[in-house]
Amino acid sequence: MSTTSGPERPPAAEADILEELKAELAHDLEEERPPHAGPLAQVAAGLVTLAIGIAGVALSLGFGLGSLTQPGPGLWPFVVSVAVTALSLAQLAFGREAQDTETFTRSSALTALGVLTLVGLAALLPIIGFEVPALLVMVIWLRFLGGESWRTTAVVSVVTVAAFYALFVLALSIPLPRLI
Amino acid sequence: MDFSPILTGFEIVLQPTNLLYCLVGVVIGMLIGVLPGLGPAATIAILLPITYGIEPVSAIIMLAGIFYGAQYGGTITSVLLRLPGEASSVVTVFDGFAMAKQGRAGAALGIAAIGSFIGGTVAIIGLSVLAPVVAGYALDFGPPEYAALGLLGVLLVSTVGNGGKLKAVIGAAIGLLIATVGRDTFTGAERFTFGNLNLADGIDFVPIAMGLFGLGEILYNLEENRKKVHAPAKVTKVWPSRQDLSESKGAIARGSGIGFGLGVLPGGGAVLSSLVAYAVEKRRAKQPERFGRGAIEGVAAPETANNAAATSSFIPLLTLGIPANATMALMFGALLIQGVQPGPQLVDQHPDIFWGVINSMYIGNILLLIMSIPMVGIFVRILKVRPAILAPITALITMLGVYTVNNSVFDIYLVIVFGVIGYLMKKFGFDPGPMVLAFVLGTLIESSTRQSLLIFGGDPTGFVSRPISGTIFAAILAVLLVPLVRKVFRVRRGDSQPPAATTAAGTDRTTTESTPERETTEAK
Repeated sequence: MSTTSGPERPPAAEADILEELKAELAHDLEEERPPHAGPLAQVAAGLVTLAIGIAGVALSLGFGLGSLTQPGPGLWPFVVSVAVTALSLAQLAFGREAQDTETFTRSSALTALGVLTLVGLAALLPIIGFEVPALLVMVIWLRFLGGESWRTTAVVSVVTVAAFYALFVLALSIPLPRLI
Repeated sequence: MDFSPILTGFEIVLQPTNLLYCLVGVVIGMLIGVLPGLGPAATIAILLPITYGIEPVSAIIMLAGIFYGAQYGGTITSVLLRLPGEASSVVTVFDGFAMAKQGRAGAALGIAAIGSFIGGTVAIIGLSVLAPVVAGYALDFGPPEYAALGLLGVLLVSTVGNGGKLKAVIGAAIGLLIATVGRDTFTGAERFTFGNLNLADGIDFVPIAMGLFGLGEILYNLEENRKKVHAPAKVTKVWPSRQDLSESKGAIARGSGIGFGLGVLPGGGAVLSSLVAYAVEKRRAKQPERFGRGAIEGVAAPETANNAAATSSFIPLLTLGIPANATMALMFGALLIQGVQPGPQLVDQHPDIFWGVINSMYIGNILLLIMSIPMVGIFVRILKVRPAILAPITALITMLGVYTVNNSVFDIYLVIVFGVIGYLMKKFGFDPGPMVLAFVLGTLIESSTRQSLLIFGGDPTGFVSRPISGTIFAAILAVLLVPLVRKVFRVRRGDSQPPAATTAAGTDRTTTESTPERETTEAK
């Protein structure tokens, strides 16, 4: 630790310790994270936001900009979209070297599968009520995403869904679509 | 100062049912907040639906409980698992986890609870005194001032926080764009609805917050769950010893002042204050080498400061209607749901609600202290449950929870969409906080900008020529330019640090330099 600045200049010393803390933190957190994804991911991120910006500009032109004295519905979204576009271009130009992205690993597939089960839940909920879809989500997440044993899966799934039933339907009488 | 509204506020808060709501809020806030990977923002987001059906005053009181419970939940994981719930309890990890390894986890959690209580209480007292004064000033604010203030708030949160600043600002700008979805309030024209009737009234705050913060976080953790086994440290003797208390006294006192002072600043108030409080203790210590190896002051100082800061960041929210950080953006959204519009008029027009909010914080804070210590055993047990088991339960709470808000399946789909966006944002280095904050403030910024243009007869220089909005715009310019200028200077000096780290340190230093005077004035 640098002790060059004595107590008569506390702010500087404080800032030193702060920077030291920050470095230590960054290092600590680095260990836990998957490797960063490299410049390609940075460019991809920039392109996605750029597309949002350009789409925003195009659509808001269609809403009508009006004038400064009579702002139309498109003026504000237009201004914001132009900002998104400009910032995205800056990201494409200067942001390539940053290391704040993470690679997708094989376990990212787990997340994708998890999302699919939730979409299934949303689709089935109005048709057959929440009990069966919720049970299915529990089973898939526990057994296949979490690698739990069948025994744990069965017990936890049934208990959780029963608890939801007791809480939402019996205790709070919330009109949740249900089978029973 | 007229005390009667404050006392009426207490009368409301102290009704048994409201106390019960607050208690339930603290307990479930802690229970969800203690789940690894779910910080206070995610916790509050997931729990938003349960406050929905309750009458406003009780709901606000419950929210205060959830807020404090969620904050403390993050502390527990920092100490026992070395997993900070949010950036502001990151420094707690150093000494907290070291203490846990030495078998003093109980003392660490106990002192954190006591420090949080004292810091929080000091900050609430400060808030009670200062808030009405600030609100008084802000009454003169017109649309141009609000437009400027909203923009400044969004920019500060994007640039002061951690992570890539450019990406944070992009996220914020997209958040502003999302806020425009739906019918334009001025002309009635539909924007970005693509003919979907569900979007005509705009996108609700709840599915966005629950998706970006709650589900996004759950999906992100899902990737890692399989490998992780948490082995929380053993907790014995939660109440800190007399020696622990006397060692932490000074740290708690200074932490309260630092936290309160810095918490008012928009952006990284809580984060910065926890860092500064830790640094101050380390600098004052006779044996600074104890820090990082289980010094109790190293837990007491940042935990006191971050709770004081979390509390004083209610000042800009309640007096100006500008949330200072992502968690406050959630509280803002939650209050709006209850029909409470935070802003300078609140204290005059709805003193019952204004003082209800503040007084419920006193109660939430006290209940936190009372509940945290006996419940530590339960938390340790929860932490031992494998994340793979907790993940589907929290996911279902989120899915079914958001449905109950509007009885709408469309909202479930929205949560899934924003959950995926939140997950991808995390993967690609975007912090979802600024986006949510910008979304919350988007309508205010747009409508005040357009009203201002009408007032100015279409002349945008009006923003700069009014004294208050002009000053705020100068501040906006400074926020944008100072990091750039510093970057240029550093590059010229041939500093070897990577540019991102340099600007981050640069911004923090500017803020730190201005703090000591503030700190001393607040401490007295």
